[in-house]
Amino acid sequence: MSDAIVEYRGISKFFAGIRALENVDFACSPGSIHAILGENGAGKSTLIKIMSGVLQPDAGEIRLEGKPVTFPTPDAANRAGIVCMFQELSLIPDLSVADNICISDPPRRFGLIDGRAQVARAEELLARVRCEDVDPRSLVRELSLSRRQMVEIAKALGRKPKVLILDEATSALTSRDVQTVYDLLAELKAEGVASLFISHRMHEVDALCDTLSVFRNGQHIETFSKGEKSEREIVHLMIGRDVEAQFPPKPPLTSADERGTPLLKVQGLKWENKLNGVDLSVCRGEIVGLGGLDGQGQKELLLALFGALRDVDGDVTIGERKGIPSSPAGAKSATTRMALVPEDRKTEGLMLGMPISDNLLAASYGKISRGPFIDPALARHAVEDGLRKLQIKIGSADDPVMTLSGGNQQKVVIAKWLMIDPDIILLNDPTRGIDVGTKQEIYRLMRALANEGKAILFYSSDYAELIGCCDRVSVLYDGRVVSEQEGDAITEESLVAASLNIDVEAA
Amino acid sequence: MRISISAENRPIVIASLFIVVILLAGTVYTLSTTGTAPLLSPRYLLQLLQTGSFLGICAAGMMMVILLGHIDLSIPWTLTAAAMTATAIGGDMALPMALAVGLAVGLLNGFGVAYLRIPSMIFTLGVDTVLRGLMVAQTGGFAPQDSATPLMLFLAKDRLLGIPVAIFVWAAVSAVVALILTRTGFGRSIYATGSREGAAYLSGIRTRFVIVGAFVMSGLCASLAGVLLTGYSAKAYQGMGNAFLLPAIAAVVLGGTHILGGRGRYSGTLVGVILIVLLNSVLSIMQMPEAGRQIIYGAVIIGMLLVYGRNQRVTS
Amino acid sequence: MHAVNWKRWLLQNVGFASALLLLTVLYISYNILHPRGFSSAVAVQNANETAAIAFVAMAQTLPVLLGGLDLSVGAVMTLTSCIASHLVNGSPAEILFGMVLTLLSGTAFGLMNGLIVVYGRIQPIIATLATGAIAIGLALLVRPKPGGDVDGDLNWALTNSVFDFAETYGLADGGNAWWLRPIANIPVPVILVALIAILVWVPFRRSVTGRTVYAIGSAEGPAFMSGLPIHRAKIAAFTIGGFFAACGGLYLAIQTSSGNADIQQAGAYTLNSIAAVVLGGTSLLGGIGSAIGSIVGAMILRVISFYFRILDIDPLLQPLIEGVVLLVAVSFGAFRTLRVKNKLDLFR
Repeated sequence: MSDAIVEYRGISKFFAGIRALENVDFACSPGSIHAILGENGAGKSTLIKIMSGVLQPDAGEIRLEGKPVTFPTPDAANRAGIVCMFQELSLIPDLSVADNICISDPPRRFGLIDGRAQVARAEELLARVRCEDVDPRSLVRELSLSRRQMVEIAKALGRKPKVLILDEATSALTSRDVQTVYDLLAELKAEGVASLFISHRMHEVDALCDTLSVFRNGQHIETFSKGEKSEREIVHLMIGRDVEAQFPPKPPLTSADERGTPLLKVQGLKWENKLNGVDLSVCRGEIVGLGGLDGQGQKELLLALFGALRDVDGDVTIGERKGIPSSPAGAKSATTRMALVPEDRKTEGLMLGMPISDNLLAASYGKISRGPFIDPALARHAVEDGLRKLQIKIGSADDPVMTLSGGNQQKVVIAKWLMIDPDIILLNDPTRGIDVGTKQEIYRLMRALANEGKAILFYSSDYAELIGCCDRVSVLYDGRVVSEQEGDAITEESLVAASLNIDVEAA
Repeated sequence: MRISISAENRPIVIASLFIVVILLAGTVYTLSTTGTAPLLSPRYLLQLLQTGSFLGICAAGMMMVILLGHIDLSIPWTLTAAAMTATAIGGDMALPMALAVGLAVGLLNGFGVAYLRIPSMIFTLGVDTVLRGLMVAQTGGFAPQDSATPLMLFLAKDRLLGIPVAIFVWAAVSAVVALILTRTGFGRSIYATGSREGAAYLSGIRTRFVIVGAFVMSGLCASLAGVLLTGYSAKAYQGMGNAFLLPAIAAVVLGGTHILGGRGRYSGTLVGVILIVLLNSVLSIMQMPEAGRQIIYGAVIIGMLLVYGRNQRVTS
Repeated sequence: MHAVNWKRWLLQNVGFASALLLLTVLYISYNILHPRGFSSAVAVQNANETAAIAFVAMAQTLPVLLGGLDLSVGAVMTLTSCIASHLVNGSPAEILFGMVLTLLSGTAFGLMNGLIVVYGRIQPIIATLATGAIAIGLALLVRPKPGGDVDGDLNWALTNSVFDFAETYGLADGGNAWWLRPIANIPVPVILVALIAILVWVPFRRSVTGRTVYAIGSAEGPAFMSGLPIHRAKIAAFTIGGFFAACGGLYLAIQTSSGNADIQQAGAYTLNSIAAVVLGGTSLLGGIGSAIGSIVGAMILRVISFYFRILDIDPLLQPLIEGVVLLVAVSFGAFRTLRVKNKLDLFR
């Protein structure tokens, strides 16, 4: 591939002796949209970090337009035209949008930053990503997550990339913005920019990319053009084995009478302008899905039920008790115990620097104590039990939890909650950014827990999961439930229609 | 596993080695000047621990707060206020009232930090100023006439089985703190909260309660140290706590506790206290002027931390 | 359009705006209560007592913006004032040389702090706790006993009004030039603080390095990912902090005509600088605030103590009132937390 913009040869990277990438050859050509696929831990993020100068390879060489180069810092990579949009946003919350967009090379007069020119440049770039509604003078922390992601894209564009890396860049976008990004990538392709696209969403990859590369276990397995392989073959390449049925079988559909009294009953739940009267119910043995576009109040609903929001209005009945718990501590220790697997496992689910064992025990100190003191034998037993139940693969329970892969980290969060034997489990997109294998384990676990008689409320941004896992789905739109669907009536079409608040039959 | 454990213990090992180095260096000095080796006599070492117990008790409380990623700057005047209250009240109620002062200050600090969410750095500073103001207003700026009660004198000065009682008090405080940190849900919750408060809260840990609890411990420790110090010097006086704040922070950090919270062992704090007390003592034997003491003191902290930091992975 | 901009500025700078408002109210009512209120003499006296803490508060601002803290500012100020008490006298050239050397020594100390924090990877609060001790030790070496000798003309010129300054050095027709008239009654310390702020702080804030300081305090990871010069910015922040502290030390030496290696005083300045920074609307978490705000914060602290003189408050109660005012002032920030509806937002 002599026409490649940038070429990587024999790249290897080790962390404390553990292979992250080994002898990887990789190239991207101008005017292409190139998907990188692989499970978590396959080496995608290490590759991206090496490409963008965040990490240095232990071996191998990088050639930019044929000439060997090194990128000791992100800045050096940026100057060479390799620009990366990271999954964890790289925006600075307390600076203005304009400051952020121009951050690496602001327009200057007499050596000082020219605020006016900066705003003009920001306006121009924001217009290009169709975000004219964003004021360049407002602070980034005032923006919603989806707006921030668009600002991030504008910032990347402002660096005039030759290679643009998008790492899960569309995860928080609204559908309109996703379309904008698609159009933009097409434009860039016509201009000869090479885009690298990392996503766990197959349909996005399908819609956008012309070339696909699959990584597995730190190695580059294969690169091929779109359409050469079926989805099944691609998944096979990614996990190195055949996938069985993705979702565990559901029990037969039951009527409302057969289900009995709901364990969790919510009526007219209101909070700020995010929840505008939510009605739903979950019974024992049921998995109820929360559908809808991102940001329609699903996250707030789960937090409200778990006692993490103030001034929530509405009638909630949990088990025998009326009312919302006053705090997560109250929610987990009531007669009907609740658990929440939060949205962001890195900041809300885990104490990353602490040992795995402490993370597992964080919700259940009461259970493993005799009197005021923790019983070491009980604690050890509980940790072993949790690790075994979820088949968490670790070196030692004393290792910091941040040494685990994303999938195993999420399993630790779930295992932590299973230790208190909760009656109601609230799940906020538990499979986001997790590899296919672990996803399936989580699906099976959910069903097994439901069969044990637990009530599960499950929000997912992936329609396939809702269809495959849930007995019923409540679709939220603008803080209200606009549609309830059951059994076979849950289809992609009906979910999409409901999430846009359109009535399919009427249309 | 080995790596993480040794990373935790590394500062403790290094600090312990450094204690030996100071002892040897001091002994070489005394041998060369006077031909004696007082530093190695059990009597001297016990006396050293006795004077170190005040700092040690302050540092034990401070450590719990630092593990949360907070800091307690109100220690100097909590200590002084408790001491002055004890001497003013006198009699059997002296000790309980002093501890009550510590408890009240701890509750106030905890309330400001946990409920009002004012940064501990500034809130405890304000509380310290208020306490100073209260003491100045109460005593009229003069040293109070009242002196230590017999119980305070006993705790600070007497000996049991040839060992100063103050050391027993310090040992008891240490045992309690170590037990709390390693073996109770409250202790583990301190680590969890200091590591990532949001995640701890969503795990159903009552983080505000944990924060208040740690500040209360710190207040209690400071007031106990105040009582002992009063007994030791036979009276309470203005500014008696000033010399304890920075050494307490330094001792905790030299013992390997991370200043941003979440990591650290109590044994490290013990070693840190001994190191600082010993260093001070050797410098006085050498009749080092104040200027030299300050410089050496600062250089030791920087030097030790540089040694701890070597070979550590950068976490971004 | 202007109204919109104004409103946004206010929303984005609530802390600073309320500090400014508080200062204005406090200072105007102080002058109303003062028997010789609104006079140049009162302003000169007030300015003299405020200049040093204002400089030290500026010095504290930069490390705080990084999300750290500099516990050595008071000690560096003390060290530089001791140095100045030896050097700032003699011929005009010698005086100038002494002043430059004083400022350089403080700047160098700040640079050392920065290097230790960046390359030693020690948390700023601990690193400066240690270097603060070193600075005090050096100050004691430089000046074991309080005293010293500072040029008398300079002392007079810098601690009075602009008119006196011009008169002392025979500038602008002995202070009677027409263009000097409008500013003749302004105290020189005010001019000095403003000059340093405009010449050093304002350009720094608008440089890439200065912006990086804000970015680091706000979110260090993204700042690194964005290719910003992290190391340079941290070192620069501590170095400039050292320079500001040296300005404070130099001024204190000139004002008191002496140097004094007083550990208590150094500690008090450090703690007051933190209070001033917070009062001035700078977040201790980093990323939000400015040195201008810290000057305002320092002035608020001082104005409160001015009240004691005119209100005839028992001196024994003064420390208590100072403490309560500080506690109440910082507690105002708590109203924000009571309005937070999502409890998770409290933990950020």
